[in-house]
Amino acid sequence: MQQFIQTLVNGLTTGSLYALIALGYTMVYGVLKLLNFAHGDLFMVGAFVGYFAIGWFGGATSLVIPAWLLVIIMLTVASLGVGGLGVAIERFAYRPLRNAPRITPLITALGVSFVLENSVLLLFGGLTRYYNTPAFIPFSVSIHIDGVSIGIVQMLIFGGSIALMFVLLQLVNKTVLGKSMRAVASDREAAEMLGINVDHTIAMTFFIGSAMAGAAGVMYGLYANQVANLIGFLAGLKAFTAAVVGGIGSIPGAMIGGMFIGLCESFSLSYISTRYGDLTVFAILIAVMLIRPTGIFGRAPLQKV
Amino acid sequence: MSPIGVDEWVARSDDRAEQHSGALGVLARLYGRTTWWQRILVLAALGLIFGQIGANGFQQNVAFNAVLYAILAVGLNIVVGWAGLLDLGYIAFFGIGAYGYALLSSHALGSLLTQTGGLELPTIAAVPIVLVAAAIAGVLIGLISLRLGGDYLAIVTLFFGLAFFEFVNNVDQANLGGNNGIIALQPWHGFGGTIRSTIGYFYVGLIVLLVLMALLHLLNESRTGRAWRAVRDDELAAKVMTIPINAVKVMAFAFGAVVAALAGTLFAAQQTNVFPTNFQSTTLILIYACLVLGGVGSVGGAVLGGFVVWIVEQMLGSPTDEGYLFYGLILIAILWRVRPWRTLAGMLAAIIGGGLAVHAIVGAISSKAIGGQVGSVGWIGSVMKHWVIVPHAHAETFGNILFVLLICALVGIIRLNGIRRLAASVPAVYLAACCWESRLSVDPAITAQIMVGAILIVMMAARPQGLLGTRRVEVV
Repeated sequence: MQQFIQTLVNGLTTGSLYALIALGYTMVYGVLKLLNFAHGDLFMVGAFVGYFAIGWFGGATSLVIPAWLLVIIMLTVASLGVGGLGVAIERFAYRPLRNAPRITPLITALGVSFVLENSVLLLFGGLTRYYNTPAFIPFSVSIHIDGVSIGIVQMLIFGGSIALMFVLLQLVNKTVLGKSMRAVASDREAAEMLGINVDHTIAMTFFIGSAMAGAAGVMYGLYANQVANLIGFLAGLKAFTAAVVGGIGSIPGAMIGGMFIGLCESFSLSYISTRYGDLTVFAILIAVMLIRPTGIFGRAPLQKV
Repeated sequence: MSPIGVDEWVARSDDRAEQHSGALGVLARLYGRTTWWQRILVLAALGLIFGQIGANGFQQNVAFNAVLYAILAVGLNIVVGWAGLLDLGYIAFFGIGAYGYALLSSHALGSLLTQTGGLELPTIAAVPIVLVAAAIAGVLIGLISLRLGGDYLAIVTLFFGLAFFEFVNNVDQANLGGNNGIIALQPWHGFGGTIRSTIGYFYVGLIVLLVLMALLHLLNESRTGRAWRAVRDDELAAKVMTIPINAVKVMAFAFGAVVAALAGTLFAAQQTNVFPTNFQSTTLILIYACLVLGGVGSVGGAVLGGFVVWIVEQMLGSPTDEGYLFYGLILIAILWRVRPWRTLAGMLAAIIGGGLAVHAIVGAISSKAIGGQVGSVGWIGSVMKHWVIVPHAHAETFGNILFVLLICALVGIIRLNGIRRLAASVPAVYLAACCWESRLSVDPAITAQIMVGAILIVMMAARPQGLLGTRRVEVV
C-alpha cells in the first residue's frame, strides 16, 4: 500500500511535467496542425537555462539569494528565454512552410530538434549537469504520511502546473488573444479575413507554449536533479502522446493525458519491470494511440471534401 | 496528364523560370534526357571505376556506407515518397535486418560468452529468412497505417522504432547481446567463397542498389506504383477509383521493410558485429536527410542524396577535408546566389577586405586576441590565420558565443531582402569563418550533426522537392 501511494505521488509529479509540455504541444498543434518535435528540446533548453541560473547566483551550495527567490528567477528566465527561442524557431523554420504539404514541416521539425540537441551538445558538452537541488531545497522539507514522503519540489511541480493550466484556460477562454487563437485554430483563412493578425497570433502561441516548456524544464531539473542534452526528445514524445490521449487541442485534456502517461510510467517502472519499463510505456502509448486516436476529450474532426 | 492542363502549365511556370543556364543547366538537361537504364549503367560504370582505382581503406569504407545509405534512402522513398506514409520507425526495419542476420549467423542463440553453439546458418539461408521476417514486421506495422494517418502514424511508428532500440538494448546479454551487441558474425559466404574485404561488400552493395533501382523503376511504372501515388495524393479519390488502399499501404510498408532489412544484413555482415546504438534516431534522421536532399519521390534523388550526405558526413570527420567542405559550401552559395557580377565582386572584396581590416584592428589593440590556434590545417589554416580572429585564451568560449551570434544573425538575415540581405551576409560570413576556426572544426562530429539538421531545415524551406525531385503541383 505504501509503495502504491508513493508510486502514485511520483507518477503525478512526472505526469504534471508531461502535462506542462503537453499544453504547449496541444496549443501549437491546435493552431498550426504541426507536430513540433522540437518542443521537447525546448524543455531541455529550459532545464539548461535553470542550471546556469543557479550558477549566476553563486552556485547551489553558496547561494547569495534566498532559495524561493532563486526558483522564481529560474522559472522566469527560463520561460522568457525559451519562449523567445520558440518564437525564433517559428519565424525561421516553420513560417516559410505555412502552406506546404503536411509532410514538409514534420521533417523540418525533426531537423530543428536535431539542431537544438547538437547545438547544446556543442555549447555545453555531453556531460550530465547536476542541479544539486538538496543543497538549497532540503528534501527534509516534505510531508511524511505513513512512510510516504511528498517532497516540497513535488508539491511545487504539481501545484505550479495546475496553476499554469488554470491561467492558460483563462487566457484562451477570456482574452482577445485567446479568442484569436481559437479563431486561427478553427479556420486560418477566415480568421485572416476577419482582421485577425494571424502571424502575431501564431507567434504568441509559440511563445506561450515554449515558455511553459521552459518552466517545465526548470521544474524537471529541480526534481530529477540532472540535465543532459538528450532528455528532451523522449519527454516531448511522451508529452505529445499525453496531448493525444487527452484529445488534441483540449487544455484540460492535455493535463489529464499528462497525468495518465506519468502514472502509466511510474506504475510500470515500479510494478512490472525496471528493465523493460520504457518498453512497457511505449507499448501502452502505441496501444492508446491505436485504440483511441481522438483521445478522451477530443472528438473526431469532420472531414470536408 | 491532367484534364485541366492549363492550370498545371501555370503552376509550373515558376519551375520553368527557375531553369538554370550554364553548366548546371547542361547537367540538369543531360540528366533529364537520359533514360533510367542509362543512369543505372552510368552508376555501375562509376562504381567499377572506383573499385579499380585502388582507394585506401578509409575511402572504401566511405564508399560502402554511401551505397548502404543510398539503399536505405531508396527503401524509405517507397514508403514516404511514393505511398506518402510518414514512417519514423524505418530504422527498426534496418535493425531487424541487422539483428536477424546476426542471430542467424553467429553464436548468439548459443552462447556469446564462450562463442559456442548458435545457428551459424549459411548466408543463402539466413538472408531470405531475415527478409521474410522483415516483410512480416512491415505488414504488421503497415496495419497501423490503416487506422492512423499523418502525424499520428508518424508518432506511433516513431515509438515502434524507439521500442526496438529499448528492446535490443535490454535483452539478455549472454545470448542475445544486450547493450554489448552481438559480435563475431560470419561474413557473407557461400558457393565456396567468403566476402571479407570492404571493397567486396562495396560491390555487393552496388549490385543490390542497381538491381533495386531497376526493380523499383519498373514497380513505380506499374499499376502498384500508380496506386501508391494515387493514395498519396488523394486517399478518398483513390478509394472511389476502386484502388484497394488498405492493401496498397500495407504493401508499401512491407516493401520498405524488406529493402531496409536487406541493407541491415549487408551492414551487419560488413561490420561483423551489431550494437543497439547503431539503430538510434540519429541514424534515422541521417536517412531522412539523404532522402530529403535528393528529392522525396525520386529513386535517382534518393541515391544521390545517400552519396552526398554520407560523403559530407565523412569529409567533416577528416581534418584536411572539412575546411574545403565548409569554405567550399560558402563560396558556392555566394557564387550561386549573388548576381550580377559587379555585386558579386563587390561582396567578395568586402568579405576579404573587411576580414583583413578587422584582423588588423584587433591585432593592433591586442596581439593576444588574434594569437589563437586556428582549427583548419594545411594551406587553408595558414591563410585563415591572417584573416580570422581566434583569441589566444578561451577560444572555446569565444567560439560558443560566436555560434550563438551566428544563429541569431541567420535568423535575422532571412527577414531582410535584396541589397540589405547581401550587406548583412558580409559580416555573417566572417562570423561563420571565425566560429568555424575557433569552435566548429574542433568538434567535427557534432558539427556534422548540426549540418544534417540544417540541411533538413533549409531544404524544406528553399527547395522541398530536393535536388532531383519534381515539385508536386496541386491543381485546385
